Amino acid sequence: MRLKRELLENVHPASWRNPEPCGAYDLVILGAGPAGLLAAHGAAILGVKVALIERDLLGGNRLNFGCVPSKALIRTSRLYARMRDAPELGVPHPSGVQTDVRADMQRIQRIQTRLSRNDSAERLRATGVDVFFGAASFIGPALVSVAGTVLRFKKALIATGAHPLAPTIAGLAEAGYWTNENVFSLDALPARLLVIGGGPLGCELAQAFCRLGSRVIIAQDEPTFLPGEERDAAQILSDSLARDGIDIHLNTQVVAVHREGAQKRADLLSDDHRMSVHVDEILAGIGRAPNVEGLGLESAKVEYDRVSGIRVNDYLQTTNARIYAAGDVCLAHKFAHVADATARMVLHNALLRGRRKLSALTVPWCTYTDPEIAHVGLYVREAREQGIPVKTFTILMHDVDRAVTDGDEDGFLKIHIKEGTDRILGATIVARRAGEMINELSLAMSAGIGLGELGHVIHTYPTQSDAVKMAADAYYRTRLKHTSA
Amino acid sequence: MNDAYESDEALIERFQRAAFDYFLQEYNPASGLVADTSRAGAPASIAVVGFALASYPVAVERAWLTRADAAARTLVTLRFFWNSPQGEEPNATGFKGFYYHFLDMQSGTRAWQCELSLIDSSLLLAGVLTAGAYFGQHTAVENEIRKLAQALYERVDWQWARGDSMTVRQGWEPDGGFFHYGWEGYSEASILYVLGLASPAHPLAPQSYGAWTATYQWENIYDCELLYAGPLFIHQFSHIWIDFRGLQDDFMREKGSDYFENSRRAIEVQREFARRNPHDFKGYNERCWGLSANDGPGISTRNIDGIERHFFGYAARGVPFGPDDGTIAPAATLASLPFAPEQALEALREFCDRYPRMTRASRLPSGFNPTLPGTGAEGWVSEGYFGLDQGVIVLMLENHRSGLIWKLMRDCPPIGAGLRKAGFTGGWL
Repeated sequence: MRLKRELLENVHPASWRNPEPCGAYDLVILGAGPAGLLAAHGAAILGVKVALIERDLLGGNRLNFGCVPSKALIRTSRLYARMRDAPELGVPHPSGVQTDVRADMQRIQRIQTRLSRNDSAERLRATGVDVFFGAASFIGPALVSVAGTVLRFKKALIATGAHPLAPTIAGLAEAGYWTNENVFSLDALPARLLVIGGGPLGCELAQAFCRLGSRVIIAQDEPTFLPGEERDAAQILSDSLARDGIDIHLNTQVVAVHREGAQKRADLLSDDHRMSVHVDEILAGIGRAPNVEGLGLESAKVEYDRVSGIRVNDYLQTTNARIYAAGDVCLAHKFAHVADATARMVLHNALLRGRRKLSALTVPWCTYTDPEIAHVGLYVREAREQGIPVKTFTILMHDVDRAVTDGDEDGFLKIHIKEGTDRILGATIVARRAGEMINELSLAMSAGIGLGELGHVIHTYPTQSDAVKMAADAYYRTRLKHTSA
Repeated sequence: MNDAYESDEALIERFQRAAFDYFLQEYNPASGLVADTSRAGAPASIAVVGFALASYPVAVERAWLTRADAAARTLVTLRFFWNSPQGEEPNATGFKGFYYHFLDMQSGTRAWQCELSLIDSSLLLAGVLTAGAYFGQHTAVENEIRKLAQALYERVDWQWARGDSMTVRQGWEPDGGFFHYGWEGYSEASILYVLGLASPAHPLAPQSYGAWTATYQWENIYDCELLYAGPLFIHQFSHIWIDFRGLQDDFMREKGSDYFENSRRAIEVQREFARRNPHDFKGYNERCWGLSANDGPGISTRNIDGIERHFFGYAARGVPFGPDDGTIAPAATLASLPFAPEQALEALREFCDRYPRMTRASRLPSGFNPTLPGTGAEGWVSEGYFGLDQGVIVLMLENHRSGLIWKLMRDCPPIGAGLRKAGFTGGWL
């Protein structure tokens, strides 16, 4: 209870009084998620007059409904899986292991509370940010209204994020379902859970709940999980989910949901095969839609689309040149770190007359399943569509000593280079810590470091990131072969 | 028989002949349909029928069948497919010139509510065209074979098979329409595209092949560079009919290789994977290898020697990414003979030496798994036999021995025309 109070006190204090606006702001920020907070802190450091408007909770999706709670839950679920798999590491099955979802949820709240201290309303105010709580709406090209107060601005940043997409499935709304916005405050674990959607969120939470003890069914309306990722990565993930005991239904739509007493019946359709499953709860994770409603974007002459979000140019300017956008509200890559990166770009471009381009960003991402699936840069298909000849260096994690000693052998590292050069075009990693490993390749790509050069970097041994060195060594062997041929 | 003293040629003949006998044993003389497996109640598989049709010329040349017998078997099959119902009704035999993956052995109608399979239809049609190419004598029977073969091929509406996509869909069902996914990455679909591109009546658009090959990945795995695909059958099925030696499309020109060499390298990767044996499965080594689409022990989890093992049923097993449950596909190993004769024969002798009970009948099962305890060293063994396995053995061993199918199909106009439309040059083209 104390934690809940402290968390709310940090992210939306009950007694908060919005400040009096002080003339025209150099920057008004709509939305206090990762992008908005980064921009607010940055603007304050630059010494400009900055206002930050949040309609709900500071921290946005990352702190309250997304990365932070889901990764905390995943950490707990991984421990359960490790205990389950203990004999593989020579340890007898621990006895008396029981799940306690209330304790898990309390841990999540503890972590949220702790992290919320960094971006609390009070701390923002102390750094010089005028924090306003309330629904923001543009009322002109340089005016925004919040809670009855009108703010004038020289520049504005729309960083209102995104919200879970609601599946259009007959009966689902009536039967009730979870999304990532309400799944992290449970009192009890559902005995049977249907997860709709095999994207990152669906896969992560399906695996986590399965490991916590739910019987999980996942329905994915595509032939593979994580559409767009490497086919082999999706296959390894599918195998992993199956090993966990998840009942997998690919190429399957949920066409209707019915409440039947305390349980729910979901009708599934796979091509022309129909079946029904009975579950206690349903979790929808089919993606997220930009928060563009109610912002008065028409008044500000900001063009937008309900699916793709706010239209921005390569400098993140909207169709109103003084208004910028960053993060989920305008980007296909809806990740906290991309929100962070684009907010930095906006600070630079809006306040420092910079010309940083969105198209120049090297964007990695990761799905935090077990194993994790991380990617940066181009996929082979994308490179080939651009007419770039590609060669891929593949290292299997079962050939990486540290992965073997850790029992983390499922996965691979693939580095795509431009044929005839060592220029890294992209990379995919499937490994227990792929999210950590991908950063080396992001750095290499951002800095223009080729695969050959990475071979000169001494990697600590034994580590799983030694796979990068092994790929570089494989590259050198091809060079030697060509030289000697 | 002591296999160690048997010549290579005799060994090959023994297994090839035994494989061919499957088509005699699992054949419905009324329709020419051949069962998918030798298990009781198995439906016919149209791809297996295609393999059977291509195998009859082999049998004639090897004097296992008379030409008249082979022609008669072929004709009854072609007549069945020509006269069987085509339409959107759920119990038809086919639609738009394609056929359902599985057909009832007796009635010849759609079985198991399966999909209209575009790749399996292509394998059937390749067999049909092989028959048309082989039976060239001017007799009433052989004239009709050629006429029906041409008609069956021309009836296929390849344009329809793309749906609203650039690449060919994987299947269609009367109630659900097209599967909403196509072919992604290198696969056994080369023969499908070659036949589709060459169609005189309803051809695939030339750019469809490029759209498919755009999904290819050229990988360096275990220091071996190849166009990657995990299961062995992918590196074999189209090669039954097309001699890819020296032929290059845009992709292979860019890589300085060809698809035949690529299959050889895929075998190299398979052997290296078996040598490394990352999951410590029993039996795997450089002489005992071969992961492909095949039957498996069934979905189960067993603790074996202190290790929790997960087993699968029928699955497209592959290297190096899996799935791999310790189940070897010996037919795919033997069918590698044209690409890597020394290694394939070495493996066959290894199978015979280590698992004599499995090879005693000279016919290879769909799968065996020495890790999962059975009654002998071979561990679990798939029950009965699968037609695709026996067909690929007959045909690939013949290509190794005489190149019969390759030579026949070089003179089959759709093959040459389709290859050219796909951008292939070089070699025998």
